[in-house]
Amino acid sequence: MEKSTDLVLRKTANAIRKNVLRGVFNAQSGHIGGSFSVADVLAYLYFRELRIDPQNPQDPTRDRLVLSKGHCAPALYSALALRGFFDIGEMERYRQMGSMLQGHPDKNKVPGIDMSSGSLGQGISAAVGIALNAKIDKSDYRVYAVLGDGELEEGQVWESAMFAARYKLDNLTAIIDNNGLQIDEKVEDVMSGHPIADRFKAFGWVVFETDGHDFASLEKVFEDCRKAEGIPHAVVAHTVKGRGVSFMENNLEWHGSPPNAEQYELAMRELDALQATLEANGI
Amino acid sequence: MKNIATRQAYGEALREFGADPKIIVLDADLSKSTKTDLFHKAYPDRFFGCGIAEANMVGVAAGLASCGKTVFVSSFAMFAACRPFEQIRNSVCYPRLNVKIGATHAGISVGQDGATHQSLEDIAVMRTLPEMTVINPTDAVETRWAVKAAIDHDGPVYLRLGRDAVPVINDAEDYVFQLGKGVELAPGNDITIIGTGGMLFRALEARSILERENIYCRVVNIHTIKPIDEDMIFRAARETRGIVTAEEHTVIGGLGSAVSEVVAKSCPVPMEFIGMPDCFGVSGKSEELFTHFGMTARDIADAARRLVKRG
Repeated sequence: MEKSTDLVLRKTANAIRKNVLRGVFNAQSGHIGGSFSVADVLAYLYFRELRIDPQNPQDPTRDRLVLSKGHCAPALYSALALRGFFDIGEMERYRQMGSMLQGHPDKNKVPGIDMSSGSLGQGISAAVGIALNAKIDKSDYRVYAVLGDGELEEGQVWESAMFAARYKLDNLTAIIDNNGLQIDEKVEDVMSGHPIADRFKAFGWVVFETDGHDFASLEKVFEDCRKAEGIPHAVVAHTVKGRGVSFMENNLEWHGSPPNAEQYELAMRELDALQATLEANGI
Repeated sequence: MKNIATRQAYGEALREFGADPKIIVLDADLSKSTKTDLFHKAYPDRFFGCGIAEANMVGVAAGLASCGKTVFVSSFAMFAACRPFEQIRNSVCYPRLNVKIGATHAGISVGQDGATHQSLEDIAVMRTLPEMTVINPTDAVETRWAVKAAIDHDGPVYLRLGRDAVPVINDAEDYVFQLGKGVELAPGNDITIIGTGGMLFRALEARSILERENIYCRVVNIHTIKPIDEDMIFRAARETRGIVTAEEHTVIGGLGSAVSEVVAKSCPVPMEFIGMPDCFGVSGKSEELFTHFGMTARDIADAARRLVKRG
């Protein structure tokens, strides 16, 4: 990956995080930790990978993305807004009465959302259905499902994994945001989710692992996914919960708690500093 | 009178209307019983077995429907409605997708499989869901029209079907099915019996029993439980002295509750509720179970007599 591309994506991911922080602070409600861990993956997908047109969000041939870990909606909303699906100012109203930006994604309210989600385990099944639809219609669009590692505790995920392998859905990529933390404790202490890669392999998928914050690595695995034929693919993206703000990183506290004014200022200062550094690099 | 199971009519209707390439059928390893195998044979490219995994089946249906397909998912009612209730709520009704749930083997008439397979709560839970339309066809003729209506309707539909062969009541040439409209099957101004699904032939039998005692019962078929035909129910409440509801479902939350919610609003009348009392079923032959749990024509007639006595 060219250095300039990498810098643009880093700046985009940072902008996603800033908008997440703003939205959650403003609403005093929402999920920062998992939104930050998945921000780079979403930046990559929405700005490099997906075949989409913000002017025609219902294009039947578009690529689809289902955020199965729907509580990280603020990251998705930020990515969509920055990509031009709607005004970024809407983030001010995230989770507020009367806003289209619900606590969890609503496909009927927000342009660019391909499936309503939020109840864990359900988004992946819908993504499987959308991928099956492409096969029925002989369409070449691709489907991406983004899951949390804690979400893999839902049995429905494995029902959908069986189905995708059975029907050879090679147009489907499941991305696991493997940040290692869920609400109560570490994922491995709540209900050992490991080894994720072996589990998907056992269900008949091809699995790739990557650093979920490294754009060059993400580029490589999505290229590999496109080459895999006759088999669905999982990308285990190793990430850090709360990534981007030092005191939020790997800290369980930031799963679903909003920052107070002081914490907000501190966090924003860090994100702004990174922004300044990236801009100093000529972006 | 011909006896045909509504699930049989369902499979035949899917085959009949299935030429539309938008129609997709999913099943969870029960297609021989739900009769979706008839569609499978006719349109193998648009049938997908999902294995014994109903939650995923509903989600896959939602995904397909989000791309413009009309998707029928089928299993026994217990596993089509009750097991994936939350998937139906959040993945189908909330995004208001064209997923039609063909739920067979509803009620106690599944008989010998016993309580685990006797779905007696599905009407109650399905009708609580916003956007959901709930249809419980009476016979084979009505089932055919209900499948057509489900295809034409924009939004989620729950189609409740039975296992046993039941008499064809709606055999008139000019039978018209209208979603949300009740059908007056027999006139009468003493008591109204409002039934749904396979209980209507019993309601008509009860009417015959009472006619010999000079009690004249109106018999109303409510095939669409949601949205319910309020006008027809109001008329029954105004024009007769009481209402007996009859359903193969728990008396809590189903047809009886739906009817009483309507009449309580503006013209309360005495009511009696025939259905499964608040208990689990047992294994037994279908007719033995109807007798044991007080759901025969005789029980419906007894309930109507109680209403007459109340004056």
